[in-house]
Amino acid sequence: MLNIKNLHVKLEEEDKQILKGVNLSLEPGKVHAIMGPNGSGKSTLSYVLSGKDGYEVTDGSAQLEGVDILDMEAEERAAAGLFLAFQYPVEIPGVGNMTFLRTAVNAQRKLRGEEEMSAGEFLKVVRAKAKDLKIDADMLKRPVNVGFSGGEKKRNEILQMAMLEPKMCILDETDSGLDVDAMKLVAQGVNALRDDKRTFLVITHYQRLLDHIKPDVVHIMANGRIIKTGGPELALEVENNGYADLLEEIA
Amino acid sequence: MAASSQKTLPTRALRDADLIDGSGAWAKEARLTASDRAQAAGLPQRRDEYWKYTRPDAFVQADVTLQASLRSSLGLFDQRNTISVAFEDGKIQAAALPSSAQCTLESLASASILDLHWARDVYGRLEEAGQNPVKRSLAAVNTAVARDGLLVNVTGAVEAPIHIHATSSGQSDATIHHVIKVAAGAEVTLIETGQYGARSNIVLEVDVADGGRFHHIRVQDGNERHMLTHIFARIGAEARFKSFTLTAGGQLTRNECVLQLLGDDASVSVAGACLGDGDFHHDDTVFITHDAVNCESRQVFKKVLRNGAVGVFQGKILVKAGAQKTDGYQISQSLLLDDDSQFLAKPELEIYADDVACSHGSTSGAIDAQALFYLRSRGVPEAKAVDLLTLSFVAEAIEEIEDEDLAQDILDHLTETLSAR
Repeated sequence: MLNIKNLHVKLEEEDKQILKGVNLSLEPGKVHAIMGPNGSGKSTLSYVLSGKDGYEVTDGSAQLEGVDILDMEAEERAAAGLFLAFQYPVEIPGVGNMTFLRTAVNAQRKLRGEEEMSAGEFLKVVRAKAKDLKIDADMLKRPVNVGFSGGEKKRNEILQMAMLEPKMCILDETDSGLDVDAMKLVAQGVNALRDDKRTFLVITHYQRLLDHIKPDVVHIMANGRIIKTGGPELALEVENNGYADLLEEIA
Repeated sequence: MAASSQKTLPTRALRDADLIDGSGAWAKEARLTASDRAQAAGLPQRRDEYWKYTRPDAFVQADVTLQASLRSSLGLFDQRNTISVAFEDGKIQAAALPSSAQCTLESLASASILDLHWARDVYGRLEEAGQNPVKRSLAAVNTAVARDGLLVNVTGAVEAPIHIHATSSGQSDATIHHVIKVAAGAEVTLIETGQYGARSNIVLEVDVADGGRFHHIRVQDGNERHMLTHIFARIGAEARFKSFTLTAGGQLTRNECVLQLLGDDASVSVAGACLGDGDFHHDDTVFITHDAVNCESRQVFKKVLRNGAVGVFQGKILVKAGAQKTDGYQISQSLLLDDDSQFLAKPELEIYADDVACSHGSTSGAIDAQALFYLRSRGVPEAKAVDLLTLSFVAEAIEEIEDEDLAQDILDHLTETLSAR
């Protein structure tokens, strides 16, 4: 699904190398988790993959289903099937959540040369999916993320994911700012989207989220590289011992 | 001052004989006293502080050099049930205006030939009250020379909005003077769309008695046109006044709004959203006087500017001694879509009471990069994402509109205007 080879990235504005040769191969239908200490480059990886400005790729490549994505605009990557659930979803006053969702769904369809979804059909689909995530009519009507609690914002991210039906989902610290109940609800939403074709990359600090979204593969990232890859047990090891041991191992 | 203003069009028109030709007694008096006011004050000059950010030249020079051409507001509000009034080249069309059980509608042209008319208590009177402390001589010129306008005497809750739609063609000058009198407890909505002339000088006087309600929605577009508008309003106790203006075209626009809160517990709102592109200069000048207890005033102005467009905001809240419990809010913001555009803001507060809450803020900013990325990461192309963020930016001003359906019409019109450019 997603193949990242020797990815080197620096900040555009300053001479600071963030990613120093990331290699990742994510198969269809799998859930990969990336854990790592602060500043290891996890969020940068998610931004670079989804096309945020401000980064410069100095070496390496990233391919989604065999197609290079690093030269694409953010919206083209989205239309190609990439989705980033933001750590801090952005508030957009004055733009209704529903309007935003419909604009996004139809913009992607248009970019892919597909027919737009009619208002009636859209309404039917969004209501059903919102219900699963306990998102009520009021939340759909309100401006995007404005006045939403932390949990509501993250649920809204998952709703967008459910509506856009991406192939490759990146979740950037989706557990941050969530209490246990909210986290369970979000995890349920994610799990409902798991199938044998869709791939997930779950970025998190803590093992906690991985109790609810069970990963197939766990990677540890430090200092701009993947330093260790293993099964779910690797996450537990980090939970018990912290990152210090792993960092020492590679030092 | 007098020498240079001799050459200009408005004063040239201020020859008494012409001025009052055909006028009835009340209009004669109003025109002559307004003429005196205008002569005494002189026309605005470039060096005047009040015209620091907008050159008055285009409004006072003798000849109109512009071609009126109407753009997109045609058809706006057509689906709404309204009481429709058409202006063509500065004149009310139709011999008989529509009638309503809750209000009377007349043209200034027909009312001004009478010797007595209710409008005498308002026409020119509120404009005169608005000449202090700042002279607005072009408004006095308007009172003196205006030959047409809509006069509405509102005595109940009018069942549908009154909708003025103006059209004009060619190199036309239009001087229009509207008067709306809202009786105690009465209510009316006034909508203005279209274009009165290639160059327009518009005065709207609104007298809202105790407990009355006045709502105003205005859409200004067109291409080359120059437009100067003044609203003068007197607001009684527990009355409400709301005015919203969308400006999406025109080379030069100056909208002045002078409000006097004279009765306790009243509230007013003046809001504007503008989309400026290229050769576009837009000025909102507001003066709100709090002269009663426990009144609220809101000013919400949002300007989106690109390709060298210029936005101006001069807004003042004056709280007189004794106007305790005043709640004044003022925000003026610009969204600058490039480095060539500029926003000039002069917020002012002058407070002589000690128990008041007044807040004001003014900002200039670019499109928020994080929000833009958020939208694009969902598949929304950049241009469309900028449009959505533009709508998001002006939303606070549109939310000031009282009627949700009309607000939705404005929003839809804005969305269309954005996607068409």
